[in-house]
Amino acid sequence: MEKLIALLIAAPLLGAAVLLVGGRRLDRVGHWIGTLLSTASFVIGLLLFADLLGKNAEHRTLIQHLWTWIPVEGFQADVTFRLDQLSMTFVLLITGVGSLIHLYSVGYMEHDERRRRFFGYLNLFLAAMLLLVLADNYLLLYVGWEGVGLASYLLIGFWQHKPSAATAAKKAFLVNRVGDMGLSIAIMLMFTTFGSFAFGPVFGHVDGASQGKLTAIGLMLLLAACGKSAQVPLQSWLGDAMEGPTPVSALIHAATMVTAGVYLIVRSAAVFNAAPDAQLVVTVVGTVTLLFGAIVGCAKDDIKKALAGSTMSQIGYMVLAAGLGPIGYVFAIMHLVTHGFFKAGLFLGAGSVMHGMNDEVDMRKFGGLRKYMPVTFITFGLGYLAIIGFPGLSGFFSKDKIIEAAFAKGGTEGWILGGAALVGAAITAFYMTRVMLMTFFGEKRWQPDAEGHEPHPHESPAVMTIPMIVLAVGSVLGGAFFSIGDRFLKWLEPVTGHSEGHSPVSAGEVTIATMVCLVIGVGIAWAQYGRKPVPALAPRGSLLTRAARRDLLQDDFNHVVLVRGGEHLTRSLVYLDHSLVDGVVNGTAAGFGGLSGRLRRLQNGFARSYAVSMFGGAALLVAATLLMRAV
Amino acid sequence: MSFPLLTATAALPALGAVATAAVPAARRTAAKWLALLISLGTLALAITVLVRFDPGGARYQLTESHTWIRDFGVRYELGVDGIGVALIALTAVLIPFIILAGWHDADPLETGNRRWRPTQGFFALILAVEAMVLISFEATDVFLFYIFFEAMLIPMYFLIGGFGDRAHAQGEEAAATQRSYAAVKFLLYNLVGGLIMLAAVIGLYVVAGNFSLQQIAEARASGSLHMATSTERWLFLGFFFAFAVKAPLWPLHTWLPNAMQESTAPVAVLITAVVDKVGTFAMLRFCLGLFPEASRWATPVILVLALISIVYGALLAVGQRDIKRLVAYASISHFGFIILGIFAMTSQGQSGATLYMVNHGISTAALMLVAGFLISRRGSRLIADYGGVQKVAPVLAGTFLIGGLATLSLPGLAPFVSEFLVLVGTFTRYPVIGIIATLGIVLAALYTLVLYQRTMTGPVKPEVSTMPDLRVREVLVVAPLIVLLIFLGVYPKPVTNIVNPAVKHTMSDVQKKDPKPEVEAVK
Repeated sequence: MEKLIALLIAAPLLGAAVLLVGGRRLDRVGHWIGTLLSTASFVIGLLLFADLLGKNAEHRTLIQHLWTWIPVEGFQADVTFRLDQLSMTFVLLITGVGSLIHLYSVGYMEHDERRRRFFGYLNLFLAAMLLLVLADNYLLLYVGWEGVGLASYLLIGFWQHKPSAATAAKKAFLVNRVGDMGLSIAIMLMFTTFGSFAFGPVFGHVDGASQGKLTAIGLMLLLAACGKSAQVPLQSWLGDAMEGPTPVSALIHAATMVTAGVYLIVRSAAVFNAAPDAQLVVTVVGTVTLLFGAIVGCAKDDIKKALAGSTMSQIGYMVLAAGLGPIGYVFAIMHLVTHGFFKAGLFLGAGSVMHGMNDEVDMRKFGGLRKYMPVTFITFGLGYLAIIGFPGLSGFFSKDKIIEAAFAKGGTEGWILGGAALVGAAITAFYMTRVMLMTFFGEKRWQPDAEGHEPHPHESPAVMTIPMIVLAVGSVLGGAFFSIGDRFLKWLEPVTGHSEGHSPVSAGEVTIATMVCLVIGVGIAWAQYGRKPVPALAPRGSLLTRAARRDLLQDDFNHVVLVRGGEHLTRSLVYLDHSLVDGVVNGTAAGFGGLSGRLRRLQNGFARSYAVSMFGGAALLVAATLLMRAV
Repeated sequence: MSFPLLTATAALPALGAVATAAVPAARRTAAKWLALLISLGTLALAITVLVRFDPGGARYQLTESHTWIRDFGVRYELGVDGIGVALIALTAVLIPFIILAGWHDADPLETGNRRWRPTQGFFALILAVEAMVLISFEATDVFLFYIFFEAMLIPMYFLIGGFGDRAHAQGEEAAATQRSYAAVKFLLYNLVGGLIMLAAVIGLYVVAGNFSLQQIAEARASGSLHMATSTERWLFLGFFFAFAVKAPLWPLHTWLPNAMQESTAPVAVLITAVVDKVGTFAMLRFCLGLFPEASRWATPVILVLALISIVYGALLAVGQRDIKRLVAYASISHFGFIILGIFAMTSQGQSGATLYMVNHGISTAALMLVAGFLISRRGSRLIADYGGVQKVAPVLAGTFLIGGLATLSLPGLAPFVSEFLVLVGTFTRYPVIGIIATLGIVLAALYTLVLYQRTMTGPVKPEVSTMPDLRVREVLVVAPLIVLLIFLGVYPKPVTNIVNPAVKHTMSDVQKKDPKPEVEAVK
């Protein structure tokens, strides 16, 4: 069976190659080729899943070695894949949600003349993401890691005639590169510590390594995770990434790619378990981000940016859980999967709304859409209930578990982390209710555009609504399915390990507290956006609101310090290189041999004669030596 | 006596150069085809070298040895190790693409003059450079190497000074002045380096009594040739200076941006992807091979200079407004990586550095040649004169992006493998330097993506709106290079296989062992 693993990646990679090299003649069928190959990968994933289920829990690991990639003295990287319960979970999520979004894009991108290329990029993304989760060593993982970065770059900037899209794409790639530096250094540290960066040798020798090295590796992996998963302080690219077509936001910037950081941490569990200081930093980053993203999400009027803030915040929950160690790993991944369902569904819903509203994204120009788009309304509504943790829906199970685990960390830390997670739950309920109310309820607020076209909101075609319905079903049932009989826990435990921790509060108390937070959040939102009409223009707002609209000023900081500072630095260096370095070197040489004077003379036409004389000299030399040989 | 394969590999382009130069003025196209065929023939010979070379065999293979100037102990001595083979292959692969890319670069402006033969000259000079570069990679006699290392400057001088981009913002006269400035600067920098090296070559003769790399190395290893520490250091510095000018290493780099911006794109590729490699190659072969103690002594300073090159070159690239200058500064940054890898004195660093020379050659060729196609369409090198090219010429933009991604060492493409090896090889011995060098990967993304964004994306500028996409000839240049970049990115084993044994020898030359991993050290 392990021979099939490579096919998982090969199918979408083939699609990418065919679609991107194939040219215009594939324009009419390209999107179906892409969807077909994505689905093929999903089917192969199901076959492998069935195979794994047929084995004992301890033997559910398949290894496929393809070839030796980089063999150098003392250094070896292989192209080897590892399929275990953790990567299997991701494979099904990536190819499953991925195929649904391919299908949705067939309708969404129907009028785009570059649709074939779009599907080529989507397939490229799938291949890279699968490589990321299937790699058996960190260097190969790195290839997938940057591969998804490339796909993300291409797709954010898909409408690259828009300068804002091109800028957002570049920014995403650059911020991610800062994270990649972390991954690079982590791999180098592993190499100097263990002499290898393959999963087996690294995890097997953690005991022999020094605490300092392990902490450093953990922190560098965290830096990488921050870049890819948009965690503070590398979160600034995610909001701008919404410039990409909405299916991209759903697949890459909500359901799969941005969760790669969580994968990286959970995969490296052995390292983090042995480095408690690094773990503490992970939980802090997660907690800060879950609040940061939630606050930003409250202030955005752009529906996609509000959802992006929410994504950041939800991944913050996952990172928090991953930082808790064996208490939280399983729940980090469980929330990742359920989030994949409901957030992808929410984004597709947002895309459907935009599709019907002439690509408008400002929620202040929506309102009352439930009458015009019933399917979108219901599926979006189910996603909404799932994300705020409405009892019985998937978010209720997965988020509740994370909050419980945070308390179970114990001590003051447990109270702080758990408390913050609870506050986050309240804010989540607030901003999602706000999105829901502003979009689907209240009076219609849309206006004719500059050319006098009034939007005619309408339901999207079946090719778009079917994926939305499937994801809505997943959002409703996923959590319960995973939690009944601890199915998900038992499935993943052999890879990640699990421990219960000692919670100062009981599970029931946590659930009650979460419900109270939910009601508070929904209530405040209702009071503000449900009872009162939504103003068509945003009010000035408090200091916090204004800061949140600007992503809590982090971009402004980056701009002043990094962009401006960098510009000044490079400009002065360009000047210095010309005047100082060049001048000093030329001057020094002149001091030795009157070089500059000669340089000036040579410029006035002497150059050729000089070179000719040199050539003559060389010829003489050769002749002389030949002569000497003859003698 | 067996067939002198190495001599033949260098002699074919040398004879081809003479033949191409002799083609009558009216038969321009014939001259081009002749040059292309010669370069393909040379490629075939280079492939034969590659096939005949046995990675598990002796250090130097396919050796040829003849007395040349008996009185001075100068011998015509050739031989290749894995590093040489890799670079011979790189050179032979790139020249046909350089010729094909420059197909129209030297067409005479007025056809009336029947005795004027710039086309013949252009292609003959390229072949002459190829011949001299190949001999430099093959020579195991220091004097023989020196002669061709220097002689290379002559055809290069004429290529830089005599042929430039067609259209120029300040008119043809200003262009000619700038070109000749760049050519003279190139010549003088390299001549000064060469003169200092000449002194060191003579010094070496005085000490050792002959010029044979192998004999001297053996005599030193066996103790029969004693060299005073200070003598060795002075000689090392003399050699190193010349190679550092050619490579080029900060602060001796300022000739490169001028030379690359003024010459046509194929010649710029010839400079940075082929000729400059002789510098880094010679560091490995001559500096480390002849002066191991001095190499270790100079390592700290050289590593710092290499690190400055990496960061400085990248920052300068970010600040450029001229496409070709930007690529030139990016190359300076990349040469920093190569020199870092060589002097980190680890197996990974030196294998990585050799691989880097090959990969940098291919990736720079891809990026620079597409840039050249772009520039020839618009007649401007300024980044600001472009915008939205993606919309009108998607294939050109796509290949430009791939070249750029290779330049920023995207995993999956060849340069990633070498850059990571250099970084990891440096890190195991010098963690702080390794970490600072990692900054280079962020800066590389910055200058590459900014270049792509400003030229290819955004609204279509009116001046580029009628720009044609890549022609068949141009696709033939770029597509194979891209295939090579992908192939060597996922399967670099063919190159590492021939390079590894040579690196092992170099490591034992300098008497260095790789640091052991911490966990094994505990055991």
